[in-house]
Amino acid sequence: MRLQAENLACNRGGRDVFAGLNFAIEAGEALLVTGRNGAGKSSLLRLIAGLVRVSAGKLTFSGGAADAPIGEQAHYLGHQDALKPSLSAAENLRFWIDFLGGGKAASASLDAVGLAPLAGLPAAYLSAGQRRRLSIARLFAVARPLWLLDEPTSALDAAAQSRLAELMRAHLAGGGLIVAAAHGPIGLERARELKLGPP
Amino acid sequence: MKMPVIDLAKPTKFLALVNRVLPWLIAGTVIFFAVGLYRALNAPDDYQQGATVKIMYLHVPAAWLGMAGWGLMCVAALGTLVWRHPLADVAGKAAAPIGAAFTFVCLVTGSLWGRPTWGTYWVWDARLTSELVLLLLYFGVLALYWTAEEPGRGARAAAILALVGAVNLPIIKFSVDWWNTLHQGESIFRVAGSTIDPSILAPLIVMTIAFTLLFITLYLAAMRNEILRRRVRAMRLMQAQTLAEATS
Amino acid sequence: MSAIVALMLRDMRIAVRVGGGALMGALFFLVLVVMMPFAIGPDLKLLARIGPAILWLGALLASLLALDRLFASDYEDGSLDLLMTGTVPLELTVAAKAVAHWLTTCLPLVIIAPLLGLLLNIEMRAMGAVALTLLAGTPALTFLGLIGAALSVALRRGGLLLAVLILPLTVPVLIFGVSASNAAIVEGAAFGPPFTILCALSLAAVVLGPVAAAAALRHGLE
Repeated sequence: MRLQAENLACNRGGRDVFAGLNFAIEAGEALLVTGRNGAGKSSLLRLIAGLVRVSAGKLTFSGGAADAPIGEQAHYLGHQDALKPSLSAAENLRFWIDFLGGGKAASASLDAVGLAPLAGLPAAYLSAGQRRRLSIARLFAVARPLWLLDEPTSALDAAAQSRLAELMRAHLAGGGLIVAAAHGPIGLERARELKLGPP
Repeated sequence: MKMPVIDLAKPTKFLALVNRVLPWLIAGTVIFFAVGLYRALNAPDDYQQGATVKIMYLHVPAAWLGMAGWGLMCVAALGTLVWRHPLADVAGKAAAPIGAAFTFVCLVTGSLWGRPTWGTYWVWDARLTSELVLLLLYFGVLALYWTAEEPGRGARAAAILALVGAVNLPIIKFSVDWWNTLHQGESIFRVAGSTIDPSILAPLIVMTIAFTLLFITLYLAAMRNEILRRRVRAMRLMQAQTLAEATS
Repeated sequence: MSAIVALMLRDMRIAVRVGGGALMGALFFLVLVVMMPFAIGPDLKLLARIGPAILWLGALLASLLALDRLFASDYEDGSLDLLMTGTVPLELTVAAKAVAHWLTTCLPLVIIAPLLGLLLNIEMRAMGAVALTLLAGTPALTFLGLIGAALSVALRRGGLLLAVLILPLTVPVLIFGVSASNAAIVEGAAFGPPFTILCALSLAAVVLGPVAAAAALRHGLE
């Protein structure tokens, strides 16, 4: 599997957020996207996910499902958690597992991120870090080759960050790809870096 | 992390008081209902309306208790907003559904009572219309309680609405009366005769007391339930947080 | 569990739980219908004659205003992004949300309409006709409203925009709905033809609505 961008450009609100972007990652590789705020890190992730239109250039994902758009083969972990406050943690997770095409059991995934005792608690009562971990449980539960992570370690304490690093290593070892946007290191030792910003 | 403050002192004493008083209240309610129903069913029929006038024994207490419920909510509202009494939230929340239920009973009995007289189940006369608006105001307060995620926030919002409603209720009543007299001639309705015969008055008073005791019984029980419900919620929250801290 | 069924169940669960969605539409319907005689006057004969129209207008407004939150809450917490990257086509996703909305918001309207008919002194037969036309017509209102909800979320505007956009589109539904209801009151008016047209409008909306709403979401949420 291979994710390749050639001369990629993104235009939002009439402004070129970035242009002339080139990168390629293979199975088992990770790309760390850095840059100051406003450089376009989040836009790049949303563009790969298919939520923002490509205004110039080409983005290809080869080796996966032939006719499915990239978005359906990727997990997008954005700034928001996509959790409904009135549903319990387990119900939220179970819904996403069912909607995104099935995978591991919700209970096992909650275990993997250390949220098993909070399974029955309404999501409204979870702290920011716990909500983030719940979103990460979704990545663990449903198998998709490409992970698009937007500042995944925000709101996570040290223990949760190392747990996330473990999950990412396991994903890469299984042949997955990761594109992560962050301000600093997030626990991926051998990630390639793509720095966005003015030349 | 949300850690609610549990003020255990006053609610505990209150719960103890309720548990002691409740059996007496239930007994009193049953006795008054027994006496009242006996007197009511044996009271004379109205010369015009026949036996249907006996709905009055249900309708009049329900009307009074519907309004008393709102008054209770206002006192509780002052407790919440002005005096910050810890039980005020619970007092207001418990009063709302019971007051609404009695208002609803008042409307239904008024409608059934009027059916033989008017030929329809509903007519827009001043009294029933005011009761209907009161019921809508109750629904508003109930909606506030039900849609609030935290009990405290909902209670404060409902308290404000209760007080605003209380100020507005006389105005609404006045305007509905005025609106009704504008259209007088299309519907004329009298609750009972202009004077109430003592043989009807006595059972009415007994039934009113019986219903009032019922209200108080239900109300205290509802307050107790709400206090226990909040405790359970707080304990669940604490348990979940300590568990989460242990495993993270 | 199938993805679409999971989405429908989730939406229904949320609507029933927060205590808001499910009964709020019915409550608004009630309040609206009670307001009418204050403006029109308590003349029972007049109310009985225009009763079906009052009920239809009330149901129309109640079902449209409740649609405001349909996509907005998903947009605000990031769920909409994920819903758009599911394996389910976006048209089916929005259709599933519309079905859940109809079940939790419009069905209560249909159920309490006869009760409100009592307040307006509508006769029994007419009440049955109104309820039936509401049952057949509210799907059209929901699925057309879906388009407005998608457009207003894409444009990031509030609920009145939705009403302004969609109310003109619902004119045929209103006309044929009231027409069919009146057939039970007015001598010589037929129930069949307007009712079948109403059903046809609903079926057309069930197809048109999701397609347009999905397009609005895709193009608007850049």
